[in-house]
Amino acid sequence: MTVWVVVLVVVALVGLYLRGVAGRLDRLHVRVEAGRDALDAQLVRRTSAALDLAHAGVLDPATSVLLAEEAYGAQTAADRLRPRAESELTGALNAALPDAATVDQLNSSARGQELLSALSVACGRVVLARRFYNDAVSTTLVIRRRRLVRWLRLAGTAALPSSFEMEDHPPESLGVAA
Amino acid sequence: MRIGIVCPYSFDVPGGVQSHVRDLAEELIRLGHDVSVLAPADDDAALPPYVVPAGRAIPVPYNGSVARLSFGLLSASRVRRWIREGEFDVMHVHEPASPSLGLLACWAAIGPIVATFHASMEKSRAITAAYGILQTALEKVSARIAVSERARDTLVEHLGGDAVVIPNGVSVRAFSGDSRIPGWPGTGGALGFLGRIDEPRKGMPVLLDALPEIVARHPGVRLLVAGPGDADQVRATLAPTMRDRVHFLGLVSDADRAAMLRSVDVYVAPNTGGESFGIILLEAMAAGTPVLASDIEAFRLVLEDGKAGELFQVENSADLAVRADLLLSDHRRRDDLRAAATDVVAKYDWERVARQVLAVYETVTWSGLKVREDSRGQLFGRFTRLKDDV
Repeated sequence: MTVWVVVLVVVALVGLYLRGVAGRLDRLHVRVEAGRDALDAQLVRRTSAALDLAHAGVLDPATSVLLAEEAYGAQTAADRLRPRAESELTGALNAALPDAATVDQLNSSARGQELLSALSVACGRVVLARRFYNDAVSTTLVIRRRRLVRWLRLAGTAALPSSFEMEDHPPESLGVAA
Repeated sequence: MRIGIVCPYSFDVPGGVQSHVRDLAEELIRLGHDVSVLAPADDDAALPPYVVPAGRAIPVPYNGSVARLSFGLLSASRVRRWIREGEFDVMHVHEPASPSLGLLACWAAIGPIVATFHASMEKSRAITAAYGILQTALEKVSARIAVSERARDTLVEHLGGDAVVIPNGVSVRAFSGDSRIPGWPGTGGALGFLGRIDEPRKGMPVLLDALPEIVARHPGVRLLVAGPGDADQVRATLAPTMRDRVHFLGLVSDADRAAMLRSVDVYVAPNTGGESFGIILLEAMAAGTPVLASDIEAFRLVLEDGKAGELFQVENSADLAVRADLLLSDHRRRDDLRAAATDVVAKYDWERVARQVLAVYETVTWSGLKVREDSRGQLFGRFTRLKDDV
């Protein structure tokens, strides 16, 4: 009799624990998805800010073409190639705005100032969004790698998330904070 | 944006986190946002209009000093009600790993949650011992902010993941007036100290030990002390010749703090550790008072390795005395430090820092989801809900 009571209690406790872990995973997946949406949105915003700058006629033609091509590349890259394309856009932005003198010259016109400020906000947001997304991914992976979680398929059908690795450092000359 | 901010420590006791929360809230309100701050406080406490009291704050020894925290079922149910009724776009929790409202708020909510970590603890007992409990609450946080590189390192080491560094702010406007305490600084030289006088980490004894040496070089020097603690007890430890040179103001209001800082020739920060950020140094710098501080890492960073203020060896009273003498004797050196400090402090102006915080809010609220109450799988949560309804 007492044996059955003990067994019941153990089963109930294990059940509660598993439900808890499943709930945590569920919340984490929501966080990962929201983080990924935010990152996508900020990357798109950065791409369009770069395209605007390229097409505005405020940079020399060679720089404009370089920037436009890399921005187009980031815009059209397949998911698998996206991080590389975005890193290349970062490289192009750094090359287009190499020093304070270039930035000062662009800032001397109202149009240039507007374009640069949109670009620097977007670059800063990409850095933030990517950190928050990768943070969510690494937290999720720690739990999903647990043996019990794998054996009992507590994560359901959700795909294993992966971090978004890219070079996102904004051009020094823009002086973007954070 | 509707912003809910959670402060873990009571507003009746001054402290770095409380000032941070208050200044951030006021700056966000000034920028046109709708802000509600949940903080430990009695229902009848006099509070700014944007603060919602979460019930009685209990003094608890925590992390080396006495903190006034709120926990228990009553607080938990207040937190839930605040989340339900607030309909916030984003919830910003401060110090979520301390056993207080921040942790309760993380338990009770889901949605866009931002957390700011202030402390840099060498080895935090709370985080090590309660890792499992904390992890469940902290993994709901969508964006983590650390106030310094040091605080970020602590966070990453203990909890993994990543965080962005956004420094503490200082309200430059609030400190740039010109009122002084009558009769100060005088002509004999005046030093200032601000902080709990009976808390060893604030370094009051280091300064008092240096005082005789400073008096030997500057016979007219006086020391102005502001901060809570038993002044009589400290006075009793002083030599009779030192006693009338030290003036205790007791706990001063924020408005008086600016006047106090302007009333001295040199502000001394002899802290021996435990600070993750030198907010008080920034306040002195904003008030235009040259700073002499112990060279703990947090202070060295804010003073940019001595460019914007003089540094002395931690807990070394002799070194403190030498540097204080240098500063008191050389008004040109003080003018140089004042000018350098003005440039440095601009980086920490709340107007600028609050915009960085807003950028984080905007990043996590992208999905448009609001902060909601979360009672899934939480027996404790349901229990408090029942209690609240009674």
